[in-house]
Amino acid sequence: MSVLQLENVSIRYMTGDFKDIGLKEYVMRRLKHNYHVTEFWADRDVTFSLEKGDMLGIIGTNGAGKSTLLKAISGIMEPTKGWVKREGNIAALLELASGFDGDLTVRENTYLRGAMLGYTRKFMDEMYDQIIDFAELQDFQDRPFKQLSSGMKSRLAFSIASLVQPDILILDEVLSVGDGAFRKKSEAKMREIINGGATTILVSHSIDQVRDMCSKVLWLDKGRQIAFGDEVQLYCDAYEEFLMAKRLPKNREDIENLAKAFEDRQASEN
Amino acid sequence: MIKKMRKFQFLFEELVKRDFKKKYKRTVLGMAWSILSPLLTLLVMRLVFTQFFGRDTPHYTTYLFCGNLVFSYFSDSTNQGMTSLIGNSAIFTKVNVPKYLFLFSKNVQTLINFGLTLCVFFVFCIIDDITFTWKLVCLLYPIACLVLFNIGVGLILSALFVFFRDIQYLWSVFTQLLMYMSAIFYTIDRYSYNVQCLFLLNPVYLFIRYFRKIVIEATIPTIWFHLLMAADVIIVLGIGCWMYKKYNHRFLYYV
Repeated sequence: MSVLQLENVSIRYMTGDFKDIGLKEYVMRRLKHNYHVTEFWADRDVTFSLEKGDMLGIIGTNGAGKSTLLKAISGIMEPTKGWVKREGNIAALLELASGFDGDLTVRENTYLRGAMLGYTRKFMDEMYDQIIDFAELQDFQDRPFKQLSSGMKSRLAFSIASLVQPDILILDEVLSVGDGAFRKKSEAKMREIINGGATTILVSHSIDQVRDMCSKVLWLDKGRQIAFGDEVQLYCDAYEEFLMAKRLPKNREDIENLAKAFEDRQASEN
Repeated sequence: MIKKMRKFQFLFEELVKRDFKKKYKRTVLGMAWSILSPLLTLLVMRLVFTQFFGRDTPHYTTYLFCGNLVFSYFSDSTNQGMTSLIGNSAIFTKVNVPKYLFLFSKNVQTLINFGLTLCVFFVFCIIDDITFTWKLVCLLYPIACLVLFNIGVGLILSALFVFFRDIQYLWSVFTQLLMYMSAIFYTIDRYSYNVQCLFLLNPVYLFIRYFRKIVIEATIPTIWFHLLMAADVIIVLGIGCWMYKKYNHRFLYYV
């Protein structure tokens, strides 16, 4: 029984002149035939499924469609084609520090974020001290949020989100925040959540983190699914070699060749 | 639906709290200002227009106040509601929450303001020698309609504002125009019957007229008047909900 299932998910993304435009400008551009909207496929036919307790790492270069895919998984976006099936509740941490309100205090922001993640007030009342302790922000509770450093903001965001026992946890570039000590703490917390049976999706530019923590890998490139599977080492090796060689694998054989080339290079370097 | 409401009740409460705190944090007068400002408008209008219209309009202060009360609620609610969606774009692009919550939260705030002003209004009525009758209860109908109407207009405007950022200026011009067409400080008796009927096309005028009928004349408007108001509300609310439903996932592209 899979917790999360994506079947041929394709998402068409729009971009162009319609952003930040006024009605007057819109009409003028229309009249002058200077109004352009480009549509492109941010994700194309992505198919995979995750079981309970899986930890998926999504890898890919910038613009590969990772964030868009996460938005579809968390329900913020609707796939243009295909479907997403989720079992249980989802907690998504997309670009952690945003979505806070700089004018409110840390305490108020904590409650607001908790509410956004779908917690109850009772739960927040019980957990509040624990959150602040974990984020190490005891001295800042009634300070306006904008006075915090970006590391502190991310720490708070992580602390709030990691408290839930979500069935599916989505982390977008989350673990690369905070100083070394906090990173260790957050990784430990993450493992705790995963061991608790949550299915986790991690997007990280740190390939070592993916190697370390993930049990499955999804490789995207320009919206297309290059590979998906539990051979984490193989795919990570191939991906790292791809970053060097800029040669996109077409099939299984290519991937193995890439991984082999990577190993050879590693061996020769040592 | 009820399950969904329970789920988002906590978020809604927190949003309302946030909007309140943000609005009144750095003002000395705080909420008092929100009551003072319509009173000042009233004062100015009373001074300026009494010469022209006040003489043959009975209870002119109350007459003016009815107009101001309704119109300032309408204009506050729609103007603040307009920015509610864009202002929270950082939230709805990251978390999957119902987008209308942001507008509702703003509307709670303006509704409370309206309630406070309404209390002041009744005090002024007493000063102006208005005798209260049981018919005051009927005011609940236009108030309920007005709340829904404002939400409807807010839905439309906040959606439009995502697409076209200059709606704000166009809307402020439009509200100005609407104010002059809502017979706030003049009476429409001098117009011909046909022109008087044209005023009925203006929903805001309907609300104002209802208030005046009940408070000043102590008569209940006809059933048709009620239905006309309800129709306005349903149309506006319908368009608003439709826009939110249609663009629910597409707002994302515009921010």
